[in-house]
Amino acid sequence: MPFPRIAFILMVCITSLGAEIDVKQGENIQAAVRRAKPGDTIRVFPGVYKETVYIDTDDIKMIGVIERGNWPILDGGGVLNDGILVAGHNSLVENFHIRHYKGNGIMHQGANNYEIRHNLIEETGIYGIFPQLAHNGLIEDNVLWGIEDAAIYVGMCEYVDVRRNEVFKNVAGIEIENSHHVLVEGNNAYDNVGGILVFVLPGLPTKSGGDVIVRNNFIYANNAENWGAPGSVVSGIPGGTGILVMAADDVTIENNLIRDNESAAIVISDLSMIPGAQDPEVDPNPDRIKILRNLYVNNGQKPQGMVKMVLAGLGLKVGGDVISTGTGTGHCIAYRETLREFGTIAYVACATGDATAAVTTKTLAEPIPTAKIPHAQRVQLVYKSVCSGCHTYNTNLIGPPVMAIQALYKDKVDELIAYIKNPVKKRDGPPMPRQDYLPEELLQDVARYMLSVKK
Amino acid sequence: MGSVLFALFLFQAIPHEMGLSADCPENFVKAEDGRCYLDIAYQHYDVGMYGLRKAFRVTRDGLDPKSIDLGRLLFFDPILSADRDMSCAHCHHPDYGFADGRARAMGKGATGFGPDRRGGLSLARSAPSLWNVGLMQRFNWDGAVSTLEDQTQGPLFNPTEMGNTPQQLERSLNQIPAYRALFADAFPETARQGIGVAQVVQAIADFERTLISVNSRYDLYVHGVRQVLSEEEVAGMNVFRSFVTRCSECHMPPLFSNGQIAVIGVPEKVGAEFDVGAGKQVPSQRGGFRVPSLRNVALTAPYMHAGNLTDLAGVVDFYDNGGGRAFPGQNADLFLHWHIVRSRLSRQERENLVLFLKTLSDESGKPAIPLRVPSGLAVVPSRQTKETEQLPDTHGRLP
Repeated sequence: MPFPRIAFILMVCITSLGAEIDVKQGENIQAAVRRAKPGDTIRVFPGVYKETVYIDTDDIKMIGVIERGNWPILDGGGVLNDGILVAGHNSLVENFHIRHYKGNGIMHQGANNYEIRHNLIEETGIYGIFPQLAHNGLIEDNVLWGIEDAAIYVGMCEYVDVRRNEVFKNVAGIEIENSHHVLVEGNNAYDNVGGILVFVLPGLPTKSGGDVIVRNNFIYANNAENWGAPGSVVSGIPGGTGILVMAADDVTIENNLIRDNESAAIVISDLSMIPGAQDPEVDPNPDRIKILRNLYVNNGQKPQGMVKMVLAGLGLKVGGDVISTGTGTGHCIAYRETLREFGTIAYVACATGDATAAVTTKTLAEPIPTAKIPHAQRVQLVYKSVCSGCHTYNTNLIGPPVMAIQALYKDKVDELIAYIKNPVKKRDGPPMPRQDYLPEELLQDVARYMLSVKK
Repeated sequence: MGSVLFALFLFQAIPHEMGLSADCPENFVKAEDGRCYLDIAYQHYDVGMYGLRKAFRVTRDGLDPKSIDLGRLLFFDPILSADRDMSCAHCHHPDYGFADGRARAMGKGATGFGPDRRGGLSLARSAPSLWNVGLMQRFNWDGAVSTLEDQTQGPLFNPTEMGNTPQQLERSLNQIPAYRALFADAFPETARQGIGVAQVVQAIADFERTLISVNSRYDLYVHGVRQVLSEEEVAGMNVFRSFVTRCSECHMPPLFSNGQIAVIGVPEKVGAEFDVGAGKQVPSQRGGFRVPSLRNVALTAPYMHAGNLTDLAGVVDFYDNGGGRAFPGQNADLFLHWHIVRSRLSRQERENLVLFLKTLSDESGKPAIPLRVPSGLAVVPSRQTKETEQLPDTHGRLP
């Protein structure tokens, strides 16, 4: 088995740079995150932790320590919103059992170069694992069940691998939405309403989705009646669906084992599945869908929801292997004559070159670079966000004008620094709050900056 | 004596005997080509949305400093309106978050500015804040306009707003020697043709592009000083970005707007006609409006397209109760956005959310109100001035 590339990079960082911060039962994980510096690893030992953990710093690794079968458990108690929220780049979240949060188990927001692996996620209110607008990531070896929307939801992301996860008893197993360059491989999806979904939804800033490979997955008995929250997108998906592609382009479905899904193994649809889903900037049709060789066993025996309605319109009571709305262009299908299919009349036979074996990952060979802000700009930001709320250059606002401060502290920058850290009341008006939380290097330079501004 | 006074008056009325400023405003840096480029911490990152550290997508950069400064004078000059009594700033006042503090804006025929406008036409919607307007990708509440230049022409020539015509606007500006000189300075290539609407809207749009607010305490948190926010404010931020509330799904950082049209189903006030918003262009977007930026949101109450909600706590309550889903009667035929859901927040969470929204305030880039404008007409005073003295009523007469 090839060693995961991102893990390798992270391992190098861990061993060469960062410190380890241990968190034990009874302690607070977030307190450790607050202390952590880029490059640090937080190790969480077995126990139950009732908190939301948020990581806004780059290069932080969160690793659970499993001891004799005991995991660290993050428990939302049905009250807390989210388990782990990551907005820093270059992160790892591994070995956690996360349960009973109102919102999501693990969510990555705009954070690049991430790895989410080897976690158990149980009964969260919306999604289990949810990277959004987060690029170059690996989601592997996670087990998720009882999730009220999609267990793994990849939203508006690029360059993501979702592999070897097990998702069961969720509304949707795995949902790839408005994302590009995604490999969904080797997952086990069963007892969901729908197994694996590849969607484009309207009303979002990313207007398309595609270049998705769904390969080597086991997708069986996704026959739960739809229990999605009213108003949610997934509440409209027909139960009994193995793979559902809606409005996405360039999706290749290859070498999956799809069995015992009561509506159909594979449904290819346009946006009309969602009432009122219009966006002038979104192409509602799926294009260039490639249905290569898959193993289909006993699908379509008891259609549900929209599939049932569509089939009834054709005078049919039994679904099948592939059902397509027939919209869009450039589709292909392999071994059509062996399938029970509907609506694929315009699909051509797939070519040998359509096989995807050469693609081993959709993640990037190099991490997306992380920019650093020049020190001078951070100093100006402190001045504008903290100082200028009360001090303008030449008028009395809440505090005295900067001109007056300059006259008072000309050539006495150390006194000004001391005052900023620990102000004493000198005049009428509200007292100045202490600014001693500012890092020393910023504090010194913002004092100098204040003495130098000319407007 | 009289002529001396008159000369003195003229001297004051035409403050730009030195010409337009060649300096760049706050948040911009002057490059070797003499133009002003956006210079903020975020622009070191990759362009994108969501999370913490992304760059803004900038459609027009490298602004001419003279066009900016000319735009500032025009923005505050009532000469732009048919009745010479209403400038852009009467409804987009810098001391009211570049809005007006009113539920619905008040257009033609009114006196006063901001929340104190009286006696004019009441417009259908509220005046949107102009902070960061240059970073938006579509304009007006219904999102029907795609460039800032086109948007600028809306209020200028709308009969219910400034009520001018292109011909009259050009004529009145060309009659003022100081404007002829200033436009020739800012737009030398078209100086021979005199002042045209194109240059007027260009200058105003360029000025509006400099109304940048990205240096709040929140932004300092983003850039590494975590302790700048209180525990309650950070807790509020986590509520904001949770999928339980989904605030940040539409109000995506760093602009705190994803630029999309969203149907959220705000109930109209009793007796008010239902506003179809973007539904005029796209039927399924009936009742949809442009997602506004939340930067400086604490400065621009009341809220929503027609000022339906009076304060931030009310806005939070509206969403917490399921947004438009709590008004099935009115909204039966709307396709509400799927992100509109009940969140069932605790009182503490709702309060923290409001505290977080207040961390998005930053007026460090606020431009100065000019003391005088080339027409000599009265300029809106600052809020501070207004509170101590009355605005002189010129009734649109040129002095």
